[in-house]
Amino acid sequence: MSGGLKTTPFHAFHTARGAKMAPFAGYDMPIHYADGILKEHEWVRTRAGLFDVSHMGPCFIEGADAAAALAKLTPSTYTKAAIGRAKYTVLTNAEGGIIDDLIVTKLAEDKFLLVLNAGRKDVDVAWIQKNLSGDVTFTPPVEGTPLIALQGPYAADALEDTLLQKQTLKTLGYMSGAWYTLFSKKCFITRTGYTGEDGFEVLLPAGDGELAHRVWDLLIQHADIKAIGLGARDSLRLEMGYPLYGHDLDETTSPVEADIKWVVSKKNTGYFGADRIGAELANGISRTRVGIKITDKGIAREGCTLHTRTGEKIGVMTSGGFSPSLRQAIGQGYIAPEHAKDGTEIRVDIRGKKVAAKVHTLPFVRPSTQKQPA
Amino acid sequence: MSNIPAHLHYTKDHEWIELQSDGSAVVGITEYAQEALGDLVFIELPEVGATLSAGDEFAVVESVKAASEVYAPIGGDVLEVNDDLPDNPSAINESPYDEGWIIKMTVADKKELEAATMSAEEYASYIEKLN
Repeated sequence: MSGGLKTTPFHAFHTARGAKMAPFAGYDMPIHYADGILKEHEWVRTRAGLFDVSHMGPCFIEGADAAAALAKLTPSTYTKAAIGRAKYTVLTNAEGGIIDDLIVTKLAEDKFLLVLNAGRKDVDVAWIQKNLSGDVTFTPPVEGTPLIALQGPYAADALEDTLLQKQTLKTLGYMSGAWYTLFSKKCFITRTGYTGEDGFEVLLPAGDGELAHRVWDLLIQHADIKAIGLGARDSLRLEMGYPLYGHDLDETTSPVEADIKWVVSKKNTGYFGADRIGAELANGISRTRVGIKITDKGIAREGCTLHTRTGEKIGVMTSGGFSPSLRQAIGQGYIAPEHAKDGTEIRVDIRGKKVAAKVHTLPFVRPSTQKQPA
Repeated sequence: MSNIPAHLHYTKDHEWIELQSDGSAVVGITEYAQEALGDLVFIELPEVGATLSAGDEFAVVESVKAASEVYAPIGGDVLEVNDDLPDNPSAINESPYDEGWIIKMTVADKKELEAATMSAEEYASYIEKLN
Protein backbone atom coordinates (compact mmCIF):
# COMPACT_ATOMS: atom_id res chain seq x y z
CA MET A 1 0.00 0.00 0.00
CA SER A 2 1.61 3.25 1.09
CA GLY A 3 4.86 1.89 2.51
CA GLY A 4 4.29 2.63 6.20
CA LEU A 5 2.89 6.06 5.49
CA LYS A 6 -0.27 7.23 7.18
CA THR A 7 -3.29 8.01 5.05
CA THR A 8 -6.16 10.47 5.41
CA PRO A 9 -9.88 9.64 5.13
CA PHE A 10 -9.79 10.91 1.51
CA HIS A 11 -6.84 8.80 0.37
CA ALA A 12 -8.93 6.53 -1.89
CA PHE A 13 -10.29 9.56 -3.72
CA HIS A 14 -6.79 10.86 -4.47
CA THR A 15 -5.50 7.58 -5.87
CA ALA A 16 -8.73 6.98 -7.85
CA ARG A 17 -8.30 10.38 -9.49
CA GLY A 18 -4.75 9.58 -10.55
CA ALA A 19 -3.11 12.02 -8.18
CA LYS A 20 0.67 12.04 -8.07
CA MET A 21 1.21 10.94 -4.48
CA ALA A 22 4.25 11.60 -2.31
CA PRO A 23 5.20 11.33 1.34
CA PHE A 24 4.58 14.54 3.27
CA ALA A 25 5.13 14.70 7.04
CA GLY A 26 4.59 10.94 7.27
CA TYR A 27 1.41 10.92 5.16
CA ASP A 28 0.84 9.71 1.62
CA MET A 29 -0.53 12.94 0.14
CA PRO A 30 -1.56 14.22 -3.31
CA ILE A 31 1.00 16.60 -4.85
CA HIS A 32 -1.20 17.27 -7.85
CA TYR A 33 -3.98 15.66 -9.85
CA ALA A 34 -4.21 15.22 -13.64
CA ASP A 35 -4.34 18.98 -14.38
CA GLY A 36 -0.93 19.70 -12.87
CA ILE A 37 0.22 22.39 -10.45
CA LEU A 38 -0.03 25.39 -12.82
CA LYS A 39 -3.68 24.76 -13.70
CA GLU A 40 -4.60 23.87 -10.13
CA HIS A 41 -3.01 27.09 -8.89
CA GLU A 42 -4.94 29.13 -11.46
CA TRP A 43 -8.17 27.34 -10.53
CA VAL A 44 -7.85 28.35 -6.87
CA ARG A 45 -7.16 31.98 -7.84
CA THR A 46 -10.23 32.10 -10.12
CA ARG A 47 -12.74 29.48 -8.84
CA ALA A 48 -12.59 27.22 -5.80
CA GLY A 49 -10.14 24.49 -4.84
CA LEU A 50 -10.80 21.61 -2.44
CA PHE A 51 -7.83 20.54 -0.33
CA ASP A 52 -7.49 17.51 1.89
CA VAL A 53 -5.71 18.89 4.97
CA SER A 54 -6.56 15.97 7.24
CA HIS A 55 -2.86 15.39 7.86
CA MET A 56 -2.91 18.49 10.09
CA GLY A 57 -3.66 18.21 13.78
CA PRO A 58 -6.85 19.71 15.20
CA CYS A 59 -6.78 19.53 18.99
CA PHE A 60 -8.46 21.21 21.95
CA ILE A 61 -7.48 23.02 25.13
CA GLU A 62 -10.31 23.57 27.59
CA GLY A 63 -10.95 24.45 31.21
CA ALA A 64 -11.14 27.55 33.39
CA ASP A 65 -7.41 28.21 32.88
CA ALA A 66 -7.34 27.47 29.12
CA ALA A 67 -6.83 31.10 28.03
CA ALA A 68 -4.05 31.54 30.60
CA ALA A 69 -2.38 28.32 29.46
CA LEU A 70 -2.42 29.50 25.83
CA ALA A 71 -0.99 32.87 26.84
CA LYS A 72 1.97 30.94 28.31
CA LEU A 73 2.42 28.73 25.22
CA THR A 74 2.05 31.57 22.67
CA PRO A 75 2.80 35.33 22.66
CA SER A 76 -0.86 36.17 21.93
CA THR A 77 -3.75 36.95 24.28
CA TYR A 78 -7.16 35.30 24.32
CA THR A 79 -9.35 36.67 27.10
CA LYS A 80 -10.66 39.70 25.18
CA ALA A 81 -11.16 37.90 21.86
CA ALA A 82 -14.77 37.31 20.78
CA ILE A 83 -16.13 33.77 20.72
CA GLY A 84 -15.39 32.37 17.25
CA ARG A 85 -12.30 34.51 16.69
CA ALA A 86 -9.39 32.67 14.99
CA LYS A 87 -5.83 33.88 15.56
CA TYR A 88 -2.64 33.00 13.73
CA THR A 89 0.11 32.59 16.31
CA VAL A 90 3.16 30.53 17.25
CA LEU A 91 4.19 28.09 19.97
CA THR A 92 7.47 29.39 21.35
CA ASN A 93 10.19 27.59 23.26
CA ALA A 94 12.06 28.97 26.29
CA GLU A 95 14.64 30.54 23.94
CA GLY A 96 11.96 32.38 21.96
CA GLY A 97 12.26 30.10 18.94
CA ILE A 98 9.21 28.88 17.08
CA ILE A 99 8.10 25.30 17.83
CA ASP A 100 5.21 25.57 15.37
CA ASP A 101 2.89 28.10 13.78
CA LEU A 102 -0.81 27.48 14.15
CA ILE A 103 -4.32 28.87 14.21
CA VAL A 104 -6.07 29.08 17.57
CA THR A 105 -9.85 29.56 17.48
CA LYS A 106 -11.87 30.52 20.52
CA LEU A 107 -14.82 28.15 20.74
CA ALA A 108 -15.94 29.35 24.18
CA GLU A 109 -14.41 31.41 27.00
CA ASP A 110 -12.93 28.16 28.29
CA LYS A 111 -12.42 26.14 25.10
CA PHE A 112 -10.03 26.59 22.16
CA LEU A 113 -9.35 24.74 18.92
CA LEU A 114 -5.70 24.53 17.81
CA VAL A 115 -4.69 23.29 14.37
CA LEU A 116 -1.09 22.02 14.33
CA ASN A 117 1.19 21.40 11.35
CA ALA A 118 1.30 17.71 10.37
CA GLY A 119 5.06 17.41 10.71
CA ARG A 120 5.07 19.02 14.17
CA LYS A 121 2.17 17.21 15.87
CA ASP A 122 4.31 14.91 18.03
CA VAL A 123 6.68 17.66 19.14
CA ASP A 124 3.82 20.09 19.81
CA VAL A 125 1.74 17.60 21.79
CA ALA A 126 4.68 16.68 24.01
CA TRP A 127 5.52 20.35 24.58
CA ILE A 128 1.91 21.36 25.33
CA GLN A 129 1.36 18.43 27.72
CA LYS A 130 4.58 19.19 29.56
CA ASN A 131 3.69 22.84 30.04
CA LEU A 132 0.05 22.83 31.05
CA SER A 133 -0.93 23.87 34.54
CA GLY A 134 -4.10 24.69 36.45
CA ASP A 135 -7.63 23.71 35.42
CA VAL A 136 -6.87 22.68 31.85
CA THR A 137 -7.62 19.60 29.76
CA PHE A 138 -5.73 19.00 26.53
CA THR A 139 -7.20 16.68 23.88
CA PRO A 140 -4.48 15.77 21.34
CA PRO A 141 -5.25 15.40 17.63
CA VAL A 142 -7.24 12.28 16.78
CA GLU A 143 -5.60 10.45 13.87
CA GLY A 144 -7.86 10.37 10.81
CA THR A 145 -10.01 13.38 11.73
CA PRO A 146 -11.34 14.73 8.41
CA LEU A 147 -10.29 18.34 7.76
CA ILE A 148 -10.82 20.00 4.41
CA ALA A 149 -10.15 23.45 3.01
CA LEU A 150 -12.19 25.10 0.28
CA GLN A 151 -10.35 28.13 -1.13
CA GLY A 152 -11.01 30.59 -3.90
CA PRO A 153 -13.34 33.43 -4.94
CA TYR A 154 -16.23 30.99 -5.51
CA ALA A 155 -15.68 29.08 -2.26
CA ALA A 156 -18.43 30.78 -0.25
CA ASP A 157 -21.10 30.39 -2.91
CA ALA A 158 -20.12 26.81 -3.69
CA LEU A 159 -20.11 25.82 -0.02
CA GLU A 160 -23.53 27.39 0.54
CA ASP A 161 -24.93 25.77 -2.63
CA THR A 162 -23.74 22.29 -1.84
CA LEU A 163 -23.77 21.75 1.89
CA LEU A 164 -25.25 24.53 3.94
CA GLN A 165 -28.93 24.39 2.96
CA LYS A 166 -30.28 27.68 4.34
CA GLN A 167 -27.32 28.44 6.61
CA THR A 168 -25.32 31.48 5.50
CA LEU A 169 -21.62 32.25 5.46
CA LYS A 170 -22.26 36.01 5.16
CA THR A 171 -22.10 36.46 8.92
CA LEU A 172 -18.84 34.53 9.16
CA GLY A 173 -15.99 37.07 9.02
CA TYR A 174 -12.42 36.44 7.91
CA MET A 175 -10.44 34.73 10.71
CA SER A 176 -13.49 33.52 12.58
CA GLY A 177 -15.38 30.28 12.97
CA ALA A 178 -18.85 28.97 13.83
CA TRP A 179 -20.80 25.72 14.07
CA TYR A 180 -22.82 24.59 11.07
CA THR A 181 -24.98 21.53 10.48
CA LEU A 182 -23.92 19.27 7.59
CA PHE A 183 -26.13 16.22 7.00
CA SER A 184 -27.56 16.85 10.49
CA LYS A 185 -24.09 16.62 12.08
CA LYS A 186 -22.43 19.57 13.83
CA CYS A 187 -19.26 20.69 12.05
CA PHE A 188 -17.00 23.65 12.75
CA ILE A 189 -16.25 25.98 9.84
CA THR A 190 -13.67 28.75 9.95
CA ARG A 191 -13.12 31.45 7.34
CA THR A 192 -9.39 30.76 7.18
CA GLY A 193 -6.83 29.23 4.86
CA TYR A 194 -3.29 29.51 3.56
CA THR A 195 -3.80 30.49 -0.06
CA GLY A 196 -4.58 34.23 0.17
CA GLU A 197 -8.04 33.63 -1.26
CA ASP A 198 -11.33 33.89 0.54
CA GLY A 199 -11.97 30.41 1.86
CA PHE A 200 -12.94 28.02 4.56
CA GLU A 201 -11.68 25.15 6.61
CA VAL A 202 -14.24 22.54 7.59
CA LEU A 203 -13.59 20.34 10.60
CA LEU A 204 -15.69 17.18 10.49
CA PRO A 205 -16.28 14.84 13.43
CA ALA A 206 -13.48 12.32 14.02
CA GLY A 207 -14.30 8.75 13.06
CA ASP A 208 -17.30 9.57 10.86
CA GLY A 209 -15.91 8.35 7.54
CA GLU A 210 -19.34 8.20 5.95
CA LEU A 211 -20.03 11.88 6.62
CA ALA A 212 -16.56 12.80 5.38
CA HIS A 213 -17.14 11.03 2.07
CA ARG A 214 -20.62 12.50 1.59
CA VAL A 215 -19.26 16.02 2.18
CA TRP A 216 -16.27 15.51 -0.14
CA ASP A 217 -18.36 13.89 -2.90
CA LEU A 218 -20.96 16.64 -2.86
CA LEU A 219 -18.32 19.38 -2.99
CA ILE A 220 -16.28 17.76 -5.76
CA GLN A 221 -19.35 17.41 -7.99
CA HIS A 222 -19.90 21.18 -7.99
CA ALA A 223 -18.91 22.75 -11.33
CA ASP A 224 -16.72 25.42 -9.69
CA ILE A 225 -14.79 23.02 -7.44
CA LYS A 226 -11.74 20.92 -8.25
CA ALA A 227 -9.47 18.95 -5.97
CA ILE A 228 -6.08 20.63 -5.49
CA GLY A 229 -2.84 19.04 -4.31
CA LEU A 230 -0.06 20.17 -2.02
CA GLY A 231 2.05 21.48 -4.92
CA ALA A 232 -0.35 24.31 -5.66
CA ARG A 233 -0.91 24.81 -1.93
CA ASP A 234 2.81 25.63 -1.74
CA SER A 235 2.90 27.97 -4.75
CA LEU A 236 -0.25 29.74 -3.52
CA ARG A 237 1.17 30.39 -0.05
CA LEU A 238 4.52 31.43 -1.51
CA GLU A 239 2.85 34.21 -3.53
CA MET A 240 1.29 35.46 -0.30
CA GLY A 241 4.61 35.38 1.52
CA TYR A 242 3.21 33.08 4.18
CA PRO A 243 5.96 31.17 6.00
CA LEU A 244 6.05 27.37 5.94
CA TYR A 245 7.21 25.60 9.07
CA GLY A 246 10.39 23.56 8.65
CA HIS A 247 11.49 25.85 5.85
CA ASP A 248 10.87 29.51 6.71
CA LEU A 249 10.40 28.91 10.44
CA ASP A 250 12.22 26.62 12.86
CA GLU A 251 13.12 26.31 16.53
CA THR A 252 15.88 28.92 16.22
CA THR A 253 13.84 31.65 14.50
CA SER A 254 11.87 34.07 16.62
CA PRO A 255 8.59 35.68 15.54
CA VAL A 256 10.47 39.01 15.32
CA GLU A 257 13.06 37.57 12.92
CA ALA A 258 10.27 35.85 10.99
CA ASP A 259 8.61 39.26 10.53
CA ILE A 260 5.40 38.11 12.18
CA LYS A 261 5.90 40.25 15.27
CA TRP A 262 2.21 41.20 15.14
CA VAL A 263 1.49 37.83 16.79
CA VAL A 264 3.25 39.19 19.88
CA SER A 265 0.76 40.98 22.13
CA LYS A 266 2.11 43.89 24.16
CA LYS A 267 -0.14 42.75 26.99
CA ASN A 268 1.44 39.31 27.15
CA THR A 269 4.81 39.18 28.92
CA GLY A 270 4.57 35.72 30.47
CA TYR A 271 4.99 33.41 27.48
CA PHE A 272 7.97 31.15 26.79
CA GLY A 273 10.86 33.09 25.31
CA ALA A 274 9.45 36.52 26.23
CA ASP A 275 12.94 37.68 27.32
CA ARG A 276 14.55 37.16 23.93
CA ILE A 277 11.55 38.37 21.96
CA GLY A 278 11.13 41.46 24.16
CA ALA A 279 14.84 42.27 23.75
CA GLU A 280 14.60 41.85 19.96
CA LEU A 281 11.59 44.15 19.81
CA ALA A 282 13.52 46.77 21.79
CA ASN A 283 17.03 46.38 20.32
CA GLY A 284 16.61 44.87 16.87
CA ILE A 285 17.67 41.64 15.22
CA SER A 286 20.55 40.31 13.11
CA ARG A 287 18.42 38.66 10.41
CA THR A 288 14.92 39.17 9.09
CA ARG A 289 12.60 37.24 6.78
CA VAL A 290 12.02 38.94 3.42
CA GLY A 291 10.52 38.20 0.04
CA ILE A 292 12.93 37.75 -2.87
CA LYS A 293 12.04 38.20 -6.51
CA ILE A 294 14.44 36.80 -9.12
CA THR A 295 14.83 39.46 -11.80
CA ASP A 296 17.13 37.47 -14.09
CA LYS A 297 16.78 33.90 -15.39
CA GLY A 298 16.59 31.02 -12.98
CA ILE A 299 14.61 29.66 -10.09
CA ALA A 300 16.10 29.97 -6.63
CA ARG A 301 15.27 27.20 -4.17
CA GLU A 302 15.64 26.64 -0.45
CA GLY A 303 19.31 26.76 0.55
CA CYS A 304 20.52 29.16 -2.16
CA THR A 305 22.75 31.79 -0.56
CA LEU A 306 22.06 35.53 -0.85
CA HIS A 307 24.80 38.02 -1.63
CA THR A 308 25.39 41.72 -2.19
CA ARG A 309 26.12 42.80 -5.74
CA THR A 310 29.81 42.61 -4.87
CA GLY A 311 29.54 39.05 -3.61
CA GLU A 312 29.45 39.40 0.17
CA LYS A 313 27.19 36.75 1.72
CA ILE A 314 24.21 38.34 3.49
CA GLY A 315 21.67 35.56 3.91
CA VAL A 316 20.02 32.39 2.70
CA MET A 317 16.81 31.38 0.94
CA THR A 318 14.39 29.30 3.01
CA SER A 319 11.86 28.59 0.26
CA GLY A 320 11.59 29.40 -3.39
CA GLY A 321 9.83 28.43 -6.55
CA PHE A 322 7.93 29.61 -9.55
CA SER A 323 4.96 31.94 -9.14
CA PRO A 324 2.27 30.81 -11.60
CA SER A 325 0.42 34.14 -11.21
CA LEU A 326 3.49 36.31 -11.88
CA ARG A 327 5.22 33.85 -14.25
CA GLN A 328 8.39 34.58 -12.32
CA ALA A 329 10.62 32.99 -9.71
CA ILE A 330 10.00 34.15 -6.14
CA GLY A 331 10.96 33.06 -2.68
CA GLN A 332 11.66 33.92 0.92
CA GLY A 333 14.81 34.04 2.92
CA TYR A 334 16.58 35.52 5.88
CA ILE A 335 18.83 38.48 5.30
CA ALA A 336 20.79 41.00 7.37
CA PRO A 337 18.35 43.85 8.19
CA GLU A 338 20.54 46.51 6.55
CA HIS A 339 19.86 44.80 3.19
CA ALA A 340 16.17 44.16 3.79
CA LYS A 341 14.73 47.34 2.28
CA ASP A 342 12.16 46.81 -0.47
CA GLY A 343 13.81 46.93 -3.89
CA THR A 344 17.38 46.33 -2.69
CA GLU A 345 19.32 44.70 -5.50
CA ILE A 346 20.98 41.47 -4.46
CA ARG A 347 22.36 38.29 -5.99
CA VAL A 348 21.24 34.72 -5.43
CA ASP A 349 23.63 31.85 -5.89
CA ILE A 350 21.89 29.29 -8.12
CA ARG A 351 24.15 26.29 -8.79
CA GLY A 352 27.24 28.48 -8.54
CA LYS A 353 25.92 31.33 -10.69
CA LYS A 354 25.17 34.72 -9.14
CA VAL A 355 21.73 35.64 -10.45
CA ALA A 356 20.18 39.12 -10.07
CA ALA A 357 17.30 39.45 -7.60
CA LYS A 358 15.51 42.07 -5.54
CA VAL A 359 14.26 42.18 -2.01
CA HIS A 360 10.47 42.37 -2.22
CA THR A 361 8.05 43.43 0.50
CA LEU A 362 5.59 40.60 1.15
CA PRO A 363 3.15 39.65 -0.25
CA PHE A 364 4.00 39.21 -3.94
CA VAL A 365 0.32 38.96 -4.88
CA ARG A 366 -2.40 40.90 -3.08
CA PRO A 367 -4.53 38.63 -0.93
CA SER A 368 -8.28 38.48 -1.59
CA THR A 369 -9.19 37.43 1.91
CA GLN A 370 -12.00 39.45 3.43
CA LYS A 371 -11.84 41.79 6.34
CA GLN A 372 -13.87 41.26 9.48
CA PRO A 373 -17.44 42.46 9.00
CA ALA A 374 -17.88 45.93 10.56
CA MET B 1 1.78 2.94 -19.62
CA SER B 2 4.43 5.43 -20.60
CA ASN B 3 5.17 6.19 -24.25
CA ILE B 4 8.58 4.66 -25.14
CA PRO B 5 9.41 4.90 -28.87
CA ALA B 6 11.17 1.74 -30.07
CA HIS B 7 13.93 3.39 -32.12
CA LEU B 8 15.50 5.44 -29.30
CA HIS B 9 18.23 4.67 -26.78
CA TYR B 10 17.52 5.31 -23.07
CA THR B 11 19.46 5.99 -19.88
CA LYS B 12 18.76 5.20 -16.23
CA ASP B 13 18.42 8.96 -15.66
CA HIS B 14 15.52 9.00 -18.15
CA GLU B 15 17.20 10.69 -21.09
CA TRP B 16 16.51 9.47 -24.61
CA ILE B 17 19.04 9.54 -27.45
CA GLU B 18 18.21 9.41 -31.14
CA LEU B 19 21.05 8.58 -33.54
CA GLN B 20 20.89 10.67 -36.71
CA SER B 21 21.93 9.52 -40.17
CA ASP B 22 24.84 12.01 -40.08
CA GLY B 23 26.24 10.28 -36.99
CA SER B 24 25.16 12.95 -34.51
CA ALA B 25 22.61 12.40 -31.72
CA VAL B 26 19.59 14.28 -30.43
CA VAL B 27 18.98 14.10 -26.66
CA GLY B 28 15.88 14.78 -24.57
CA ILE B 29 14.06 13.47 -21.52
CA THR B 30 11.46 10.72 -21.57
CA GLU B 31 7.73 10.76 -21.13
CA TYR B 32 8.24 9.07 -17.78
CA ALA B 33 10.62 11.86 -16.69
CA GLN B 34 8.36 14.71 -17.72
CA GLU B 35 5.41 13.07 -15.97
CA ALA B 36 7.42 12.64 -12.80
CA LEU B 37 8.59 16.27 -12.88
CA GLY B 38 5.21 17.82 -13.63
CA ASP B 39 4.67 21.21 -15.28
CA LEU B 40 8.05 22.51 -16.43
CA VAL B 41 8.56 26.26 -16.06
CA PHE B 42 12.26 26.87 -16.67
CA ILE B 43 14.98 25.29 -18.81
CA GLU B 44 18.69 26.05 -18.64
CA LEU B 45 20.55 25.06 -21.82
CA PRO B 46 24.26 24.57 -22.51
CA GLU B 47 26.29 26.72 -24.93
CA VAL B 48 26.60 25.50 -28.49
CA GLY B 49 30.15 24.19 -28.87
CA ALA B 50 30.45 23.00 -25.27
CA THR B 51 32.34 19.74 -24.89
CA LEU B 52 30.60 17.14 -22.76
CA SER B 53 31.94 14.02 -21.10
CA ALA B 54 29.63 11.15 -20.29
CA GLY B 55 27.83 11.94 -17.03
CA ASP B 56 28.23 15.73 -17.28
CA GLU B 57 25.25 17.80 -16.28
CA PHE B 58 24.41 19.76 -19.43
CA ALA B 59 20.92 21.17 -18.81
CA VAL B 60 18.54 21.87 -15.95
CA VAL B 61 14.80 21.41 -16.23
CA GLU B 62 12.71 22.93 -13.49
CA SER B 63 9.12 22.31 -12.54
CA VAL B 64 7.10 24.45 -10.15
CA LYS B 65 8.40 22.49 -7.22
CA ALA B 66 11.86 21.15 -8.11
CA ALA B 67 14.94 21.40 -10.29
CA SER B 68 16.29 18.35 -12.09
CA GLU B 69 19.60 17.97 -13.93
CA VAL B 70 19.92 16.41 -17.35
CA TYR B 71 23.11 14.37 -17.85
CA ALA B 72 25.11 13.67 -20.98
CA PRO B 73 24.67 9.96 -21.74
CA ILE B 74 27.91 9.96 -23.76
CA GLY B 75 30.80 12.27 -24.58
CA GLY B 76 30.63 14.74 -27.47
CA ASP B 77 30.26 18.38 -28.49
CA VAL B 78 27.02 20.34 -28.41
CA LEU B 79 26.02 21.11 -32.01
CA GLU B 80 22.64 22.73 -31.46
CA VAL B 81 20.29 23.56 -28.59
CA ASN B 82 16.52 23.83 -28.75
CA ASP B 83 16.18 27.62 -28.48
CA ASP B 84 12.39 27.44 -28.21
CA LEU B 85 12.52 25.74 -24.83
CA PRO B 86 13.38 28.75 -22.60
CA ASP B 87 10.23 30.52 -23.81
CA ASN B 88 8.15 27.38 -23.99
CA PRO B 89 9.31 24.84 -21.38
CA SER B 90 5.97 23.04 -21.55
CA ALA B 91 7.02 21.68 -24.97
CA ILE B 92 8.84 18.99 -22.99
CA ASN B 93 5.64 18.10 -21.14
CA GLU B 94 3.55 18.07 -24.28
CA SER B 95 5.96 16.51 -26.73
CA PRO B 96 9.00 15.03 -24.96
CA TYR B 97 10.28 13.06 -27.98
CA ASP B 98 9.70 15.66 -30.64
CA GLU B 99 9.23 19.40 -29.98
CA GLY B 100 10.76 18.94 -26.53
CA TRP B 101 14.20 17.80 -27.74
CA ILE B 102 16.98 19.50 -25.76
CA ILE B 103 20.32 19.27 -27.61
CA LYS B 104 21.96 17.83 -30.68
CA MET B 105 25.50 16.58 -30.10
CA THR B 106 28.34 14.72 -31.76
CA VAL B 107 28.91 11.12 -30.77
CA ALA B 108 32.57 10.69 -29.90
CA ASP B 109 32.32 6.93 -29.58
CA LYS B 110 29.41 4.92 -30.89
CA LYS B 111 30.39 1.91 -28.82
CA GLU B 112 30.13 4.05 -25.70
CA LEU B 113 26.55 4.85 -26.67
CA GLU B 114 25.64 1.17 -26.97
CA ALA B 115 27.30 0.38 -23.65
CA ALA B 116 25.79 3.31 -21.74
CA THR B 117 22.18 3.02 -22.83
CA MET B 118 19.21 0.67 -22.87
CA SER B 119 16.88 -0.36 -25.65
CA ALA B 120 13.21 0.64 -25.49
CA GLU B 121 12.34 -2.80 -24.20
CA GLU B 122 14.98 -2.70 -21.49
CA TYR B 123 13.92 0.81 -20.48
CA ALA B 124 10.27 -0.29 -20.27
CA SER B 125 11.11 -3.04 -17.80
CA TYR B 126 13.47 -0.65 -15.95
CA ILE B 127 10.70 1.88 -15.25
CA GLU B 128 8.27 -0.92 -14.50
CA LYS B 129 10.53 -1.85 -11.58
CA LEU B 130 10.68 1.77 -10.39
CA ASN B 131 6.90 1.98 -10.01
